[in-house]
Amino acid sequence: MIDYSEENKILQVEHLKQYFNIGKPNEVRAVDDITFDVYRGETFGLVGESGSGKTTTGRAIIHLYEPTSGKIIFDGQDVSKLDSKSQKQKFRRDMQMIFQDPYASLNPRMKVKDIVAEGIDINHLAKDDADRSKQVEDLLETAGLNKDHSSRYPHEFSGGQRQRIGIARALAVQPQFIIADEPISALDVSIQAQVVNLLKKLQRERNLTYLFIAHDLSMVKYISDRIGVMHYGRMLEIASSDEIYAHPLHDYTASLLSAVPVPDPEYERARVQIPYDASQEFDGKERSLVEIVPHHWVRASEDEIPMYQKRAREDSRLKQ
Amino acid sequence: MENEKDVLEVRNLKINFNTYAGTVQAIRDVSFDLRKGETLAIVGESGSGKTVTTRSIMGLNSPNAVIDSGTIMFKGQDLLKKSRKQMDQIRGRDIAEIFQDPMTSLDPTMKIGKQIAEPLIIHKGMKREKAYAQALEMMKLVGIENAEQRINNYPHQFSGGMRQRIVIAIALVNYPEILIADEPTTALDVTIQAQILDLMKELQAKTNTSIIFITHDLGVVAGMADRVAVMYAGKIVEYGTVDEIFYNPKHPYTWGLLNSMPTMDTGGTELPSIPGTPPDLLDPPVGDAFAARNKYALKIDTEKQPPFFKVSDTHYAATWLLDKRAPKVTPPEPIIERQKHYAELVHQEIDKSKGNHVEEQEEQL
Repeated sequence: MIDYSEENKILQVEHLKQYFNIGKPNEVRAVDDITFDVYRGETFGLVGESGSGKTTTGRAIIHLYEPTSGKIIFDGQDVSKLDSKSQKQKFRRDMQMIFQDPYASLNPRMKVKDIVAEGIDINHLAKDDADRSKQVEDLLETAGLNKDHSSRYPHEFSGGQRQRIGIARALAVQPQFIIADEPISALDVSIQAQVVNLLKKLQRERNLTYLFIAHDLSMVKYISDRIGVMHYGRMLEIASSDEIYAHPLHDYTASLLSAVPVPDPEYERARVQIPYDASQEFDGKERSLVEIVPHHWVRASEDEIPMYQKRAREDSRLKQ
Repeated sequence: MENEKDVLEVRNLKINFNTYAGTVQAIRDVSFDLRKGETLAIVGESGSGKTVTTRSIMGLNSPNAVIDSGTIMFKGQDLLKKSRKQMDQIRGRDIAEIFQDPMTSLDPTMKIGKQIAEPLIIHKGMKREKAYAQALEMMKLVGIENAEQRINNYPHQFSGGMRQRIVIAIALVNYPEILIADEPTTALDVTIQAQILDLMKELQAKTNTSIIFITHDLGVVAGMADRVAVMYAGKIVEYGTVDEIFYNPKHPYTWGLLNSMPTMDTGGTELPSIPGTPPDLLDPPVGDAFAARNKYALKIDTEKQPPFFKVSDTHYAATWLLDKRAPKVTPPEPIIERQKHYAELVHQEIDKSKGNHVEEQEEQL
């Protein structure tokens, strides 16, 4: 079980805003004031449509962007205020990323061993060449490849194998936190399950924390402990994955879930899709995340709180 | 045509690709029928030959593709024997295709009205005005609002979902007999995907078009297909009605596919997955191509390719497990659950048909 106590927070995102083209006519508010925490050892799933800001959130957390405003606190430290080189280097080791496209994210001119060892070299984690090779071989084995693969080039591998190389590369610097941005979307169904199983196994063995960004809701449900639903750069709902799937409170979440195709013909024939009217998000009311049921947060205005409480009560999760 | 309901009959299709590395046997003896007004889903991993199959129906395979054998019969004629010019006339008129990526399948420099009207002008020799009027009609049909104004817009002025609607409008404007949809919703968000799939069903009901639907998303298959063909390593390994494939699957590869997709209720620490990777079709294995990844593989699987075994009049599977000499195997737990459900379904059907029968008799009395 994951320890959801205050001191076990590994990441705190506080009122993060990430705007692009500020002050220009084409200003984009990709992430607009989101707040959430991630606890050590858990998988936090971030779901939403394209353009909802989930990838931007991930990139802001790993500090590829300077936030427009707000704070990202990782392991007790504000990532925007890492001054010394050693602090920055430690942050870069502790947090790693796995990318969506296994074809574009590996340098085609580098051998697998050099791709995997790049982090080892930069951080001087290997004593000598023999140690470096040993570490690379171990990492490849951990990721389900074999050591003969180390002297090959990326084009010699299938999509699933490339994603394993990406995972080995991320693990090379012994991170605590991994941002996986749609790591399985580009893979075939049978291979997706292999990669998800690998990620889960690594998490158990190394006590890793994942931020898992995806639009495939059934896979997110399966891998995540808690899920945050994003829409138009805002966080609309956060709850445990079982809770959010069984009892969504926000209309958008309910609509999103009702659109997921299920591999069951009878269910599909009976499926009713719930329409969603996004205009309710733009009525100008002040909204923030409110804890309606313990650990179940919904973005609501003051006057909407009773409505959500009623919804929760109808699901009989809130005592009268 | 063997069956008058069939609009397309593919028989013993074998296609090889000549590459620098050698000859890739992409399609290794594929046969199937497409019936009037039905949706046939072809599922399988990348490289299983789904797209090559449909490309050969369209006459769009790359120049290094060699058709080794087979026929594709459409309206009594073999499409494989048609010249390029003849195929140009069939494509877009009788057989149309929707591609995966709505961003690249439209011409960015051409107004969408022209793109929708073009097939009418080319194939039917329609006058410009009449063709544009029909294009406008089509835009309304696929649910594009303010069609009168938007007919003069360019593709970049539309969202991904709207673009896919335009692609569908172009494909259907000539009311083709056959529509090939190659992963038409893979690039779209789930909410948009649901809209596009509903639209396709709605239009199919109106136009009675037969659809070949290629996808690897079994959820989409469950909602769209009347019949399903499962492909693996250039062969169809199992085909049947959508209920037969989902509730009574017989091929271990189909079991693996169904199991590796988590449903909303899947829990536990490990997701069932199919180990290994698909075989290299430069040098396909002797026997059953799935044997190396199949924990139910028998000795004969490595020696001889399994023929199709009949499960029902509509359901066939190519696995030696169905041979009467094969040992009884227990499929994975979730598959047994599905089969139980299927047994109930069939039972209900029988009860229903019995019920009808009784009523009929009463009427006669």
